[in-house]
Amino acid sequence: MSLDIDALLGDGSVRIIVCCGSGGVGKTTTAAALALRAAEKHGREAVVLTIDPARRLAQSLGLTELSNTPRTVDRTTGGRLDAMMLDMKRTFDEVVLSHTSKEKAQEIFANPFYQAMSSTFSGTQEYMAMEKLAQLRAADRWDLIVVDTPPSRSALDFLDAPQRLARFLDGKMLRLLLAPAKGGRSVFSVMTAATSFFTGTIAKILGARLLTDIGTFVSSLDSTFGGFRRRADQTYKVLQDRETAFLVVATPEPDAVREAAYFAGRLTEERMPLAGLVLNRVHTTAVPELSVQRSLGAAEGLEEAELSPVTSGVLRIHADLVAQVDREARVAARFTAAHPEIPVTRVEAQAGDVHDLAALRDIGDLLAAG
Amino acid sequence: MTPAASFPSRRLHIVTGKGGTGKTTVAAALALALASGGRRTLLVEVEGRQGIAQLFDVPPLPYEERLIARGPDGGQVYALAVDAEEALLDYLAMFYKLGRAGRALKKLGAIDFATTIAPGLRDILLTGKVKEATTRMVNGRRAYDAVVLDAPPTGRVTRFLNVTAEAAKLAKVGPIKTHSEGVAAILRAKATTAVHVVTLLEDMPVQETADAITELTAHGMPVGSIILNGVRTDPLEGAKVTQAELKRGLAAAGLPADKAVVTGLLDEVRAHKTRLELEAGLRSELSGEPYPLVELPLLAEGIDLSGLYQLARILMTADEGSQG
Repeated sequence: MSLDIDALLGDGSVRIIVCCGSGGVGKTTTAAALALRAAEKHGREAVVLTIDPARRLAQSLGLTELSNTPRTVDRTTGGRLDAMMLDMKRTFDEVVLSHTSKEKAQEIFANPFYQAMSSTFSGTQEYMAMEKLAQLRAADRWDLIVVDTPPSRSALDFLDAPQRLARFLDGKMLRLLLAPAKGGRSVFSVMTAATSFFTGTIAKILGARLLTDIGTFVSSLDSTFGGFRRRADQTYKVLQDRETAFLVVATPEPDAVREAAYFAGRLTEERMPLAGLVLNRVHTTAVPELSVQRSLGAAEGLEEAELSPVTSGVLRIHADLVAQVDREARVAARFTAAHPEIPVTRVEAQAGDVHDLAALRDIGDLLAAG
Repeated sequence: MTPAASFPSRRLHIVTGKGGTGKTTVAAALALALASGGRRTLLVEVEGRQGIAQLFDVPPLPYEERLIARGPDGGQVYALAVDAEEALLDYLAMFYKLGRAGRALKKLGAIDFATTIAPGLRDILLTGKVKEATTRMVNGRRAYDAVVLDAPPTGRVTRFLNVTAEAAKLAKVGPIKTHSEGVAAILRAKATTAVHVVTLLEDMPVQETADAITELTAHGMPVGSIILNGVRTDPLEGAKVTQAELKRGLAAAGLPADKAVVTGLLDEVRAHKTRLELEAGLRSELSGEPYPLVELPLLAEGIDLSGLYQLARILMTADEGSQG
């Protein structure tokens, strides 16, 4: 089944498109190309949230540094295209600032645990991408938000990490850890023995000072935030809404396709709206009638007869290409066999790299051609 | 001139690279290469992806060192998929003699909690396990002649390797601090450790390689070599192809030589040349770095076990060349 990108971009009820997939498959480029096409061909007021774009791609969108406010991309036609690069640390700071007094915020910023977490905690990037998505949506300045997802260990991290972080910040475990002495009537009373053993162990491992820092951090957050978890849950719900469409991006490589299949399965499970698969950087041959064997056989024949070395060279280039085309088709078939109901669009591999608006438009055309 | 690679002179090899550049493949080939001459190597993965098992076509690896391949000349390659939870239990057992009690903590959800709690505690445990395997002695000799780590991708590798320094900032005292310092020291030891960056000759991976090298060196990590993966060869050796000659050649080989075939093939040759030119430009960009460049060819059929051995042989020769 073929994925109709123009129908998706032209559908006014679709207001969020999330591009997922493992690292190195071209999520950012795909997201940028989709947003550009939505603006130019469908007159949409689009914004693209990129996470970690290649420098030259970022420059082509007019992004020279991390910025937390979208900027309009020049030299586009039709609707409007705004773009931004996620600044994880600053987004976190903003969240804190918008929910607490200035003094309290300064206290939080000064906490070493906050400093480490806002820049290095695994999952913070995913959490902040979600947070930014929620902010952009609330701003109501765009009718289409295209989101690129962080280069996580697994594409699933985009869905799971925010909740993991929220669970931690809001966690019972943490309360248990920070107020172990309440004893008696605590809901944990049944586990008192295990608990004190547990907190003791954790304190031993982490060091008491770190525990205090975490404690101060969490209690200062807790008083002002009204629960990280609720925020994470809200954004998660938006992702389940019909206004959202997920696109899974994969290259025809075993790892990327396995990850895509995994992710597609999970989206279905969670009843999240999966629009389709973008199979990126697919190779094609103009001369499919010359198979690998036939080309190599002919090349060897020419070499033995010492005839036209140029032709045998051409045939070897062709044979390598066809071998790759065949392999990619086998790998892609693993996905389509497992998920025949998911529409697919193929984007042909480009000889050069994509880093200007013209090249992004070409990618948009290829995406739409199916 | 670029310096020599000399892989066997180091005991811990950390292999990183942008996603999609084939770092797992390169790490596996390097572990095979280093197992030559009857040596014993350990190939470690830390991202929970079971990439090694898939590459060697074996069932998912448990948290246990397993023989998965024979290197050339009777060498042995062991593999280990490190899991943060298991590593923590290991750690508790080792330092606190918490055998069964550790399991009880797991039931309480405490382990899940602890591996998520401190920024990077997970990474500390993972790098700690790598250090332990690298320095382990059995009957007065090293358990492994070399350990090869399939590390996180370039975007995250410095943070991963530097996590021990971060932890030292947070945990002012205590076992985490002591443990972290030990790990940090071995990761920075030039005589023991080398971080290899795998890249394709494509724009973004090359840019990320340069960025990663800057970051790694800024944090005192010893960069070993840059490994160019999937390098294309030029069967034409630069020769020009004319339509007339191709047509004659195809006819001589008994192949169809109509216009569609000839122009189709010429288009493919043109795309191939464009790619080669881009690759040449990027290669010369990388040769400006003061590290050895090791080239591995593109295997059109994809990577299978025989492909891995082929890459391992190339890594070995890259090495002999450098020593000679």
